[in-house]
Amino acid sequence: MRQRMGALHWTGFAVILVWCLLPVAWIVSLSFKSLNETTVGSPQFLPKDPTWANYKVLLNWNDPAGHDFMRALINSFGIAIIATFLSVIFATLAAYAIARLEFRGKRLVLSMALAIAMFPVVSLVGPLFDMWRTFHLFNTWPGLIIPYMTFTLPLAIWTLAAFFREIPWEMEQAAQVDGATSWQAFRKVIVPLAAPGVFTAAILTFFFAWNEFVLAISLTSTTGSRTVPAQMSFFVGPDPFNPPYTQLATASVIVTIPVIVIVLLFQRRIVAGLTSGAVKG
Amino acid sequence: MTTLTTPAASSAASKRSPVSDRSIAENRLGQRLIAPAVILMLIVTAWPMVRALYLSLFRYRLTTPDDRQFVWFRNYLTVLGDGLFWRVTLNTVIIMVVTVAVELVVGFVFAMVMHRIIFARGVMRTSILIPYGIITVVSAFAWQFTFSINNGWVNSWFDWLPWISADTNWYGAHWPAMFAIMVSEIWKTTPFMSLLLLAGLAQVSEDMLEAAQVDGATWWQRLFKVILPNMRAAIMVAVLFRALDAFRIFDNIYVMTKGAQNTESSSFLTYRQVIEQFQLGMGSALSVLLFLTVLLLAFLIVRLFRVDLAQARGEG
Repeated sequence: MRQRMGALHWTGFAVILVWCLLPVAWIVSLSFKSLNETTVGSPQFLPKDPTWANYKVLLNWNDPAGHDFMRALINSFGIAIIATFLSVIFATLAAYAIARLEFRGKRLVLSMALAIAMFPVVSLVGPLFDMWRTFHLFNTWPGLIIPYMTFTLPLAIWTLAAFFREIPWEMEQAAQVDGATSWQAFRKVIVPLAAPGVFTAAILTFFFAWNEFVLAISLTSTTGSRTVPAQMSFFVGPDPFNPPYTQLATASVIVTIPVIVIVLLFQRRIVAGLTSGAVKG
Repeated sequence: MTTLTTPAASSAASKRSPVSDRSIAENRLGQRLIAPAVILMLIVTAWPMVRALYLSLFRYRLTTPDDRQFVWFRNYLTVLGDGLFWRVTLNTVIIMVVTVAVELVVGFVFAMVMHRIIFARGVMRTSILIPYGIITVVSAFAWQFTFSINNGWVNSWFDWLPWISADTNWYGAHWPAMFAIMVSEIWKTTPFMSLLLLAGLAQVSEDMLEAAQVDGATWWQRLFKVILPNMRAAIMVAVLFRALDAFRIFDNIYVMTKGAQNTESSSFLTYRQVIEQFQLGMGSALSVLLFLTVLLLAFLIVRLFRVDLAQARGEG
């Protein structure tokens, strides 16, 4: 049976690879076309005359387009990392309690996290737009970081609770019986067991914050706090009928590089984090 | 916070019959540990939502803030009486149903392949995670360019199909534009679906499959009688997550069509009212309606398919 399925599996494998990578190859190819080539119209897949020109523009701090793009990159990294850091800290406390302690309202917290994770973020845009101008949070980093908690925090709690439930907590007591102090037991036993889960939750949370778009275009107005997705959507160039395809593709490639690096390094963990506990029973 | 102290019909409470000091302390510690996260979640969602509820009762345009006027439920009546609202809702439902259905089938095929394949698992895992991790806006741009009339490859690669030629304008009419939007959504989110289904597939016992095979069940019979019923929990969780996510579609539409050719979604309409038209009152009414729709949708899916999330999560 399995031998006969060999060819089918190879085909399936090839289909999955093409499905996943063709659009990526497309933006990479597009990023090496010259701006002139696309202005004239260039329907073929590969560039006629590959050039680094787009990268030179976007990675040049002195070019207006490059300056805006790199500011947006800094904003994206800063905002996503801070939002991730904060939500993982709060979520770790909550998930520890959920996994280890028996207390009233435990199921309620998980249901609440789930409900909030499904909350339509765009519903927050109106009230936040109004409130943030009063609180002077409009167009600032905290102005984005705070509402990002609506989706990063539930995601982190959910993922961490699933991980923590798998940890053999008895080992902490076992270490103490063997003569370890509680600090040693925590430091040498619990931290190494919990760290991979915390790290995975952080990666997933980072992806979500890095991806966010609705709030990023609604609650910002300048490159002072605009993140990359928002900046890209406003980056139409001088001629609205002829968007700078190649530069947009280049920006796309550059912001996808961190994603690919993270995926390459931690693929196994990400898959575990995405599915751990999400399907059991 | 009051919600926390209500004994939420918890079976845990009844289990702890002899109330010891230890269990009281544990209870207190647990609630203290979750408090920061719970308070924060309430501040960032419940509070703005209450504010939206309040604002939705006003005629309130940001450009003329002094004309703010209390109008009771008139905004809701205007919205619900407007054909645009229903058209947009219909669009959103179409996008949700089509994308989730396609993703479920394609995702399942992918999961089957990944489950059986024994070589290059790392390569496959990496590739499947790239669409998942890529920014939605980037995916939308990639597909917008793919379907572009001057700079895309779809028209030249598929011109052997009768309805596609070199000058097919995908953004010139409703259905082709919707198609392009749905393709970008499906491309980006199928991997997530397939990973959830893969995890479900791993739960199906090999012994049971072999037994069915020995008993002479065909491949299709094994699929529909053994594999799928045993993955029910995984499928339902995947459908629930993806359906609610698809219903909130915004990024692709914003990038690819800006809502032209009647491709607006509910999220897009809400955004446009608030940010582009400064109709804070009307926009808030739309926000509230969107929130209620998502709530209703979640309720329907959970009820209809009897998804027990707690059980699916091994919560017991």
